[in-house]
Amino acid sequence: MVFKALARFFSNIFKGKKVVKLGFYGPVNAGKSSLANRISKDFTGEESFHVSKIPHETREIQVKEKVRIKKGKKELDFNLIDTPGIATRIDYTDFLRHGLKEKEAKERAKEATQGVIEAIKWLENVDCVLVVLDAADNPYNQVNITIIGNLAARKVPVLIVANKVDLKKANIKRVESAFPQYKVVGVSALKGKGMDEFYEELFSLVKR
Amino acid sequence: MKRGITIQFIPHSELSGLGSDSKLKKILKIVRENKIVVLEGKLKSDEEARLIENTMKQIDRNFKGIEIASMEESANFDFFYKIKSGLARMLLGDKFGLSIIGPASLVKEIKKDPSKIELMMNK
Repeated sequence: MVFKALARFFSNIFKGKKVVKLGFYGPVNAGKSSLANRISKDFTGEESFHVSKIPHETREIQVKEKVRIKKGKKELDFNLIDTPGIATRIDYTDFLRHGLKEKEAKERAKEATQGVIEAIKWLENVDCVLVVLDAADNPYNQVNITIIGNLAARKVPVLIVANKVDLKKANIKRVESAFPQYKVVGVSALKGKGMDEFYEELFSLVKR
Repeated sequence: MKRGITIQFIPHSELSGLGSDSKLKKILKIVRENKIVVLEGKLKSDEEARLIENTMKQIDRNFKGIEIASMEESANFDFFYKIKSGLARMLLGDKFGLSIIGPASLVKEIKKDPSKIELMMNK
């Protein structure tokens, strides 16, 4: 009932908006770019964001403009805003373990620090946010709490996406109990699992 | 030679008169001295975000960042808990809760659970 009231409230906010600026926020390697790609592929037929197993692949804000998302009779244009993963520590030696040379690793670390700063600044430029978490990770992480706390303070509508539900260690219930005041939807962006429910929830958040 | 770990407790009274900038500067200065800060109270969410921003600006060869955890609310959102925490917040303001901030070179990870904080140290 609370969710329905909130959804109604937020739908009023978006009335009259031509394009919804949808931010993808979360910790490093949670699958923000993979989810943005899945949405992009579902509705434009092409993947637009770089993904990698090496942390901090996204080091600048990437925007895919005017992606028309449709679900049943509902449709809406979104600017997909993929942001660098937010971290409290960046150590170039971590990248060496992924096979990068020292010079590349240092450069990547430097760019990653700038990316985190940019992601935080962009909190002011989004209409609503998908907080993408790795469902197999501990959700009681200060980065998650800081992101969600900042969005709540700015009254930005939030949908928590527990990604990687295909992994054995994934635990959606744990994510739900960490953030009981938010709607949590489980997906596997990589395998396309749970996307129907995800689009339903997205429209519940921002429907016209 | 074995190195000890220094934990510096900062009472709320020491930061309450400071603006956000000075408060964050002071915390980061102590952390950069390779000490773990235990803060009485909790930073505001925008201060936490700015602490991360300021940390990123300072990362260099010797400083790899921070680990941070705040204890404030339990995931137990039952009625009596809400009343208790609401009352505590009303009486104590941002003095309510506890924050731990440590240098990433020293603190490998802070594992947070609704009811406990565990510091995993680098060897």
